[in-house]
Amino acid sequence: MIKLYDYELSANCYKQRLMMSLLDVPYESVPIDFFPGLEHKTDEFKKINPLGHIPVINDDGYVLWDAHAILVYLAAKYDPSGHWYPIRDPALLGETASWLLFAEGTTNTASAARLYVNLSYDFDIEACRAGAHRLFRMLDEHLWFREREGLNWVCSASHPTIADIAIFPDVVLSEEGGVSRLDYPALRRWTDRVKALPGFSIMPGIFPMGTS
Amino acid sequence: MTANVATTCTDPVILDQWHPLLPLDEITTDQPNTAVLLGEQLSYRLDANGDPVVWLTADADATPLPILVEYLYVWTCLGSPPDRLFAIPEFSEPDRRNVHAGTIGVHVSAPRAVENFLDMGHFPFVHTDVLGAEPHTEVVEYDVHIDPDTNDVWATECVFYQPRAATTSTEGQMSDYLYRVPHPFCVILYKTTPLDKDRMDVIALFCRPTAQDRIEAHMFLSLLDPDNTDAAIRKFQQTIFGQDKPILENQHPKLLPLDSRAETPIRADKVAIAYRRWLSDLGVTYGVIPVSPTSASVTS
Repeated sequence: MIKLYDYELSANCYKQRLMMSLLDVPYESVPIDFFPGLEHKTDEFKKINPLGHIPVINDDGYVLWDAHAILVYLAAKYDPSGHWYPIRDPALLGETASWLLFAEGTTNTASAARLYVNLSYDFDIEACRAGAHRLFRMLDEHLWFREREGLNWVCSASHPTIADIAIFPDVVLSEEGGVSRLDYPALRRWTDRVKALPGFSIMPGIFPMGTS
Repeated sequence: MTANVATTCTDPVILDQWHPLLPLDEITTDQPNTAVLLGEQLSYRLDANGDPVVWLTADADATPLPILVEYLYVWTCLGSPPDRLFAIPEFSEPDRRNVHAGTIGVHVSAPRAVENFLDMGHFPFVHTDVLGAEPHTEVVEYDVHIDPDTNDVWATECVFYQPRAATTSTEGQMSDYLYRVPHPFCVILYKTTPLDKDRMDVIALFCRPTAQDRIEAHMFLSLLDPDNTDAAIRKFQQTIFGQDKPILENQHPKLLPLDSRAETPIRADKVAIAYRRWLSDLGVTYGVIPVSPTSASVTS
């Protein structure tokens, strides 16, 4: 079974949990004392990932780190439909890769702001928030135009891709970092669509659909 | 969005309290770091003897503030502190696991955070299948009193069905709870441990208000749990707290109203009502909306 070196409150670890839940892939979560224990920075953990960060997976001896790289692997290996990581459609694949890089941006701004507020990380909070708003505005506009074309997802396909999963946690947890989504209605409609996917799972800070 | 509130505190009762700065083992160098308490920026470092020292950053003379090391944390005070902190005798029991589960920043006033901690009613809805589950939603009548010697607020005889009460749980249980508020911004709960029916696990929330509507919340545990790793214990507690966080941050108004008619309580809120009255009697105005003299006169 896949082992996920995991921290419950990490948006990047949640990306893997959510992907495996959507793909119905069983996994074992190995809790890492990321905070306050900084276990990912220990020599012991650096034997698993010399870069000293999580998430990391171990799939029957195959070890991989970096949140968005793991999404690529999981979808390529465990999604027989080929939708989540569209290997056979070069145009869509390129688009997916481009939005994965966009997700690096939301991670380094919106999710960084969350680490600043929640766990006292030493970041330039105003720069993080301004950066998050710049990306959210762009994504909101992008999704609004997608909706006009009758499309629901980040990439131009009738189905979601790993790009949606890479961006979703950074967006949906943004209020914790003091980044309001009030001004981004298309972004909010898109988060609701992600929540409605079969197999969707939550983490602390994220509410399921339709709770009242 | 954020209420326009003064950040510094003028309440003698708050200024004269010990407040939790941070865990002792997180002060690791003689290079100064900073943290905020009640709107004041503090600096701290280890001195030449390896002991923690804390001072007001703005103080050019760096006159040390009073400090106390207790329950894994360094506590400090901006006024004249009492000789001792409230007692948690379980801390010294040899078979206890004393664990700092983490310090989390929350955009909420300290009294709102304390009050949420006192509330059992939200368990089935916010901590679904862990601390509660539908249809077991009823909060059975419990007792509330103020200890005449220590002036602590107590809620006793609390009972709640919990599917997974602790890291040591193997099945659902009826948990007995005791709640205790020994400090305006610190709250302790005692609950049935799956391992020993005569003793209780201790779980505490020690808030350091940084502003009227913001805290750094320290989670302290003193458990009977010989088996689980610190990582597993911390994960359990942080998951619970992570579930509470968006609820806390979406409460309005941000400051806790002390007027009994400002929000509509239900029977389950008995201890919250006592806590609000107790804060009022202590003269706390920081992090709360005090009862205004005009509205008070309506009831008299």
